[in-house]
Amino acid sequence: MKLSEIRSLLQADVLVGEEALDTTEVEKGYASDLMSDVLAFASPAVLLLTGLTHVQIFRTAQMLDIPSIVFVRGKTPGEDLLQLARGAKMPILATCMSMFEASGRLYGAGLAACNIPRR
Amino acid sequence: MASPYLENFVVDENELFSIGEAAAQIKAILKMLGIPSDVIRRASIVAYEAEMNLVIHGGGGRMELEVRPERVKISALDAGPGIPDIEKAMMEGFSTASEKIREMGFGAGMGLPNIKRNSDSLELLSEVGKGTTLRAEILVKQEREG
Repeated sequence: MKLSEIRSLLQADVLVGEEALDTTEVEKGYASDLMSDVLAFASPAVLLLTGLTHVQIFRTAQMLDIPSIVFVRGKTPGEDLLQLARGAKMPILATCMSMFEASGRLYGAGLAACNIPRR
Repeated sequence: MASPYLENFVVDENELFSIGEAAAQIKAILKMLGIPSDVIRRASIVAYEAEMNLVIHGGGGRMELEVRPERVKISALDAGPGIPDIEKAMMEGFSTASEKIREMGFGAGMGLPNIKRNSDSLELLSEVGKGTTLRAEILVKQEREG
């Protein structure tokens, strides 16, 4: 799914990477405020939805080859994170929707979920 | 790559918002060396989790990267308090991380199991009061041409 479609589904603001919305695609979504689990369960080419905004969110995404982050619940990251995202050409979106609503809309529109291994 | 590529990184204590700088450098080096992307991703996760452990548990320390054509080796060494029970530390959900780390969304006891899952071999040596050494290897499976 293209980020431009995600932007419209979530009525999101684009904080970084407006020009890359039509060329960046994600295959799956993963929504969590627990980065420990993101590191363990997010697959590549996944869209990260989170309500945490500190700079380690960007670094976690970068390590996992996550192409884009959507900040939910009206949270917006600081300039330090945005600057790193600009440098890495990682589009950053922000929506006022809850994590539940944002995830539901994306899942309903066909964005797949990550497989959580049985442990 | 006739001889192995070696690099060392210093990881400072309590630099919570710098966690990942060494891992990001490791990732950039592996890209530059032309390592396959799935290997880079696994190595990056290992490096990031290991770097986080150095900062939040080890009182800072040192990381080593060793790259050979057939494998990537990542080591994290600290002179911190050590791990009293390694078997317990390897269990998912077991954590001794501080409240501050947990508020950041980390420290849920997933790190060492995640390092193990993303490595082909993992060695964890620790002595209470002396420190901890973690060595993880990720094999590069060469794709055959033709």
